[in-house]
Amino acid sequence: MIRIKRSLVAALAALSVLSAASLAQETVKIGEYASLTGKEAAFGTSSHNGTLLAIEEANAAGGVLGRQIELVTEDDQSKQGESSTIVKKLISRDKVVGILGEVASMRSLEAAPICQAYKTPMISPSSTNPKVTQIGSYIFRVCFIDPFQGTVMAKFAKDTLKLHRVAMLTSVSSAYSVGLAKYFKERFLADGGEIVIEQKFTEGDKDFNAQLTAIKAAGVDGIFVPGYYTEAALIAKQARELEMMMPLFGGDGWEAPELIEIGGTAVEGCYYSTHYSPQVDTPKVQSFVTRYKARYDGKVPDAMAALGYDSAMVMIDAIKRAGTTEEPAVRNALAATNGFEGVTGTTTMDKDRNPTKAAVVIEVKDGKFKFVQSVSP
Amino acid sequence: MPKPLIALLATVLVAFGVSYYSDHIDPYYLDVLTDIGINIILAVSLNLVNGYTGQFSLGHAGFMSVGAYTSAAITVLAGPRLLGDDGGTALQQGLLFLVALLAGGLGAALAGLAVGIPSLRLKGDYLALVTLGFGEIIRVIFQNVDALGGALGLNGIPNYTTIFWVYTFAALTVFTVVCLVRSTYGRGFIATQDDEIASEAVGLNTTRYKIVAFVVGAFFAGAAGGLYGHFKLTITPSGFDFTKSIEIVVMVILGGMGNTPGVILAAILLTVLPEVLRAVDQYRMVIYSVLLVVLMLVRPRGLFNFDYAAIFTRLKRKLMPAGGAR
Amino acid sequence: MTEFTQQLLNGLSLGAIYALIALGYTMVYGVLRFINFAHSDVFMVGAFIGYFVGEHMPHGTVGGGMVSLLAAMLGCAILGIVIEKLVYRPLRDCPTLNVLITAIGMSLFLEYGGQLVFGATPRAFPQIFPAKTFAVHGIIVSMNQLIVIIVATVLMVGLQFAVYGTKIGTAMRAVSLNPKAAQLVGVNIDVVISFTFGLGSALAAAGGVLYALNYPSIDPLMGVVPGLKAFVAAILGGIGNIPGAALGALILGMVETFVDGSRFSTYKDAIAFAILIGILLFRPAGLLGRFTAEKV
Repeated sequence: MIRIKRSLVAALAALSVLSAASLAQETVKIGEYASLTGKEAAFGTSSHNGTLLAIEEANAAGGVLGRQIELVTEDDQSKQGESSTIVKKLISRDKVVGILGEVASMRSLEAAPICQAYKTPMISPSSTNPKVTQIGSYIFRVCFIDPFQGTVMAKFAKDTLKLHRVAMLTSVSSAYSVGLAKYFKERFLADGGEIVIEQKFTEGDKDFNAQLTAIKAAGVDGIFVPGYYTEAALIAKQARELEMMMPLFGGDGWEAPELIEIGGTAVEGCYYSTHYSPQVDTPKVQSFVTRYKARYDGKVPDAMAALGYDSAMVMIDAIKRAGTTEEPAVRNALAATNGFEGVTGTTTMDKDRNPTKAAVVIEVKDGKFKFVQSVSP
Repeated sequence: MPKPLIALLATVLVAFGVSYYSDHIDPYYLDVLTDIGINIILAVSLNLVNGYTGQFSLGHAGFMSVGAYTSAAITVLAGPRLLGDDGGTALQQGLLFLVALLAGGLGAALAGLAVGIPSLRLKGDYLALVTLGFGEIIRVIFQNVDALGGALGLNGIPNYTTIFWVYTFAALTVFTVVCLVRSTYGRGFIATQDDEIASEAVGLNTTRYKIVAFVVGAFFAGAAGGLYGHFKLTITPSGFDFTKSIEIVVMVILGGMGNTPGVILAAILLTVLPEVLRAVDQYRMVIYSVLLVVLMLVRPRGLFNFDYAAIFTRLKRKLMPAGGAR
Repeated sequence: MTEFTQQLLNGLSLGAIYALIALGYTMVYGVLRFINFAHSDVFMVGAFIGYFVGEHMPHGTVGGGMVSLLAAMLGCAILGIVIEKLVYRPLRDCPTLNVLITAIGMSLFLEYGGQLVFGATPRAFPQIFPAKTFAVHGIIVSMNQLIVIIVATVLMVGLQFAVYGTKIGTAMRAVSLNPKAAQLVGVNIDVVISFTFGLGSALAAAGGVLYALNYPSIDPLMGVVPGLKAFVAAILGGIGNIPGAALGALILGMVETFVDGSRFSTYKDAIAFAILIGILLFRPAGLLGRFTAEKV
């Protein structure tokens, strides 16, 4: 009897120690899909760095709900078709509580229906096409949307740069480019400006001489290029070679060091709108910049990194407020996000799960990105 | 009942069963199974064109995309009106899906006709390039059709694909190809590949065989495209490019051109392998390419090109000794 | 009128680059009767060699530029010869289909291997030649465009001389007409084929460097589309015919440029393929080629 009792006690003790250990080790898994390689690798790695920093800081502060957070990241290689596969894997195999991603609106549009179908909340750090959150009630974002961003550059071009006759050079292969072009055009025309000529190109194009020659013949004061940095840099170079010296301007797709690396002097005096600038002089931003630099070998965080950081913080905050990792509690907490102070501004989710945030305009000056002005909605 | 028919019905039944219990199966495994099924359809249908008839086609993904867009157009654009606001019953949805898939296959078959006819007098490399060119032209056309989303692609495709649908069509594809090739009529395909001039000399209309191969192959590729579209829920023109065609070609070569069981095995392997190798996903294409080169150098007949019928018979004899041999 | 002339110049420059690549395709086909799919990736490797050498050379100098260009040409000549010896030679007597598949495999290997080694992110190609622009009657001519046209012309003239004025060139032509007969009169087929590959690859490398000079963003997949277009150009002009390749490339460059500047710019790629199909259907010998009956 006593023997059995002792072994029983020993078994119970062992069991409780084991379960306590396993409970303590059980992490809250958050999934991330990003373009770590491929054509938009600059965006993906930036965004990932910001997200990772946020998770690490949260873990250092005790994690969430008493558990550590584990970030499971998958690379979509900037390719179509990969995002839906890896998001499904993150949800069904890795059993993540929420999904962070993506930067590119097209890939967000690909993954969102999966997240919606499996009732897993998804926060896009920087997809600006309005269609993304329209997919369903589980899809959120922490950045402004293109209807707003289009007006920012339209106003800037008209009021600040005093341009009246403008050309548009749009990429037909990206949801982002097409959307942004549409909203810019609406606002610019409404303000009395003139879109003299519209030219198109496809992602991966290298030669824009033909389009630029046509634009030159039309005679414009400036060219709006709502595309990604690789093409924007080449367009600027070729324009300058054709002795087209008018300013070029674009959106947040321009922001990457490669813009200046490839564009060189051609992008001097060009402008673009984006979500934040490391030069904004508030304690929150500067502290973030310092911590980011310390973590990543002195690299200065760009808009993608800042938004990646904020997206993770908003997700963690929602889980905290929900008090659980179950759905629809987390989703409801996300929808109720009100006045969340992030490094890219204040996030309050509206009924379409988009926040209303300010934009900044950046100029390329002396081979660097320079903050020009902030534009509120 | 002839053996192939039994196999077909058995597969359909099993597929139905799996679909019925699909809620109890890990969705990730279901996904991989679906992928395998779609790739089997693609590989076996291409095998008819490349393997059995000897027409080297590099544009199979183009037919897939025609099928994907046609079927998606029906379910996305016409579906809501036909099914009504509540989405319709499962039976109605199933019917709509079947119609959409068949329409996709038909559309692709028409495209196959359009590609096959001009390509007839071309051989070897020239044919490969023309089919490649057609594949790319189809892609560019879809990129410019705004009603189908243009370069941004088509979202919001309803999730109709299940194991049942995929494996029913896979079984149908295999059944059709195998029966076609084994029949007396089907000998014509192989004859066309072996020696076109001799075939013509004995009165075979090689032109007709080549067209039939293209059209049948394209039909099933289109059906596969429809299944793919209702599985991934988003399709873009660039997802059906030259690289996709090459992936299917690799399966056919690996399996042994003209060897259907081999091609099926190759399709399974080449679907599962990238999933298994996700940790080293960056090496995937490099490994594929090395595989192709090494294969051609060492074993041009393909890795899985065995005489399965003979192996099967030998196995049967070993397990069940004939007569009373003791 | 100015716009038209400007587009003409743009088309000329683009055509010149396609020509350099097309020449390699046409020469190899002439001698071996097969399409070297990996050729477009040799073009890419040339650009990368130019990039790595160019980074160490003084930028913006003719000397630095020439060194980068020659280094790329030499490197790729060796690469081409090695590929032929290792991979294509053992299959020389195999059905064309097998060799075609091998070529595709080789092409994929170079592309994705390149992504592994160089990373998939585009890199900025350095300005290896001096950069300048001239304005001539309202048309802008950039130094880069001029260099492309000059170098391409020099190389093509050099090629014509090599093929028609040297012993090995004559041997090349002999092999392309009838390999067995050529062997009978003592031509060393292996040497001729290696030479052809080396020459073609060197030209592709030059094309790669010049392409990168004008469109300074290089990545391991950059050769796929220009390669396909150059191939169309070679067929357009008559595959196996050297002046034909140049002519075809020029025409294609022009057509593409004018389509690009028009409303139909997004159909640009389709145009090239439509031309390919059209030519193969209606005049398979190409504009300047001789129609040889398909060997059974």
